[in-house]
Amino acid sequence: MSAPTLLIRDLRLGFRGYSGLVEVLHGISLHVAKGERVALVGESGSGKSVTARIVLGLLQNLKSARISGRVEFEGRDLSRLSGRERHALRGTRMSMIFQDPTSSLNPVYTIATQFHEVLKRAEPRLDLAGARRRAAVALADVAITEPERVLDSYSFQLSGGMNQRVMIAMALANEPSLLIADEPGTALDVTVQAQTLGLMRDLVARHGTSVLFISHNLGVVREFADRVYVIYKGRIAEQGPTAALFEDPRHPYTRALLSAVPRITGGGIPEIEDASESYFAPLVVHEGYGEPEGVRP
Amino acid sequence: MTHPFLSLRDVSKTFHTGGREVRAVDGVSFDVEEGECLAIVGESGSGKSTVANMILGIYPQTLGEIAFKGSALPARRDLAHRRAIQLVQQNPLSSLNPRRSIGASLRLALDVHEIGERAGRAERTGQLLEEVGLPASFRTRSPAALSGGQRQRVAIARALACQSELVVLDEPTSALDVLVQARVLKLLNDLRGKRGLTYIFITHDLSVVRNVATRVAVFEKGRLVELSPTETIFADPKHPYTRRLIGAVPVVTAEEAELRDRLMEKTDASA
Repeated sequence: MSAPTLLIRDLRLGFRGYSGLVEVLHGISLHVAKGERVALVGESGSGKSVTARIVLGLLQNLKSARISGRVEFEGRDLSRLSGRERHALRGTRMSMIFQDPTSSLNPVYTIATQFHEVLKRAEPRLDLAGARRRAAVALADVAITEPERVLDSYSFQLSGGMNQRVMIAMALANEPSLLIADEPGTALDVTVQAQTLGLMRDLVARHGTSVLFISHNLGVVREFADRVYVIYKGRIAEQGPTAALFEDPRHPYTRALLSAVPRITGGGIPEIEDASESYFAPLVVHEGYGEPEGVRP
Repeated sequence: MTHPFLSLRDVSKTFHTGGREVRAVDGVSFDVEEGECLAIVGESGSGKSTVANMILGIYPQTLGEIAFKGSALPARRDLAHRRAIQLVQQNPLSSLNPRRSIGASLRLALDVHEIGERAGRAERTGQLLEEVGLPASFRTRSPAALSGGQRQRVAIARALACQSELVVLDEPTSALDVLVQARVLKLLNDLRGKRGLTYIFITHDLSVVRNVATRVAVFEKGRLVELSPTETIFADPKHPYTRRLIGAVPVVTAEEAELRDRLMEKTDASA
């Protein structure tokens, strides 16, 4: 069996501050198999975004960060790579989409120029004309009907939904094996969000891209992911396939989270406890959906 | 004849930006009944916030009339109107003065509107905090020392401080985590019952609307396209845009997905 695209084992993270070490991640383990869409769902401050940053290698150089545990990308231990090697992976083998598409594009360059930059990450000799040709194809892939017009535009001339599609096209342009999507579309209208998520889902399925999908929105997760990890205060609370986890949530925290989501079928607003000791109950793993065995500790 | 609590008649708003005219709200008429929670839903650019701002008197309407309890609201609101109609915004961190303690922010509302005896106002701020489920000791804290949910409770307390009658809630829980959101929505529901408040609830989140609103007004491109009781709008949405909005809601149960698919089928059939 080949190595999973992403494998995280007992990842711990703390920040040294004025008042000593603040622990943010208390040993989380997760994996994303090839071509799989995996969601990491939790509230703000649960540690989901820092996990993504560690995978991208963005926290390793921070002096105040204390990281331990294993992060393997396609079988390679990230902690053994140099900063330069980690840098070479970003934008080529792994890429990321952020919450607000408009602020993640540079407003002083046209989309074409930015596409060129992205494509040069994998192919340094590519000229602008070649980049334009490939960008136009990539934009057509995300259902943009006038790619040429979009390529000559600046991000502020395009709508939020259009920018999000541009971001998706850019993130997938170099055929990465892992895409990290951090709350994609949260800043968009619901109809646009639904459209772009559908688009992204089709595209990653077609390219066989693995996705780590980070979100606080359970509804979006249910529609996008194959498998789900629920994270609470730096610990994984429950993991399992999407359908099973939503139909049969077993961890007290997952249950609270799910019951707190207002239903379009009605039923009112439920009574929710502030914070319960039971939210710290041990990890619940749905049968057959544990972490892969045979990994060196 | 009894007057509607709040009524809008043929209200329009035109903005002039960069030499162009943009009609943000186009000939909108509706009534808000006393004690109800009317949700205004729509996407960005639908005009829902513009309607709210005109009701609040932040800027006047270009055309039409807005009347509160039977009398037309003037372009420049007097103190009594400002007291009666209050606002809770989406981001409580930017709507509370960071340099002022929570107690001072609440106290200001009491002082401006001369609520109660001067001597009793300090104590009143503590009661207001307790009413929104916070300890009275929070009076001395600054907004920065509070969590998002706690800050939003303070913003609600401030809107209630001056004995408001109509509260415009502009995406009050959109920035909150789902567990916190549920508890703030519960609080808002309880307060409406206890104090006999009337809400205008502006949001894009239809699953929230389903559970808090008595009626729903759907806005599209500055026009009011549908206005019905909540039950009706979710059982049988008439306007295709309403169906599209409901169809795009990400849901968490199979039951909801069924409802959504059923509504979408109708759209396909009518298209």
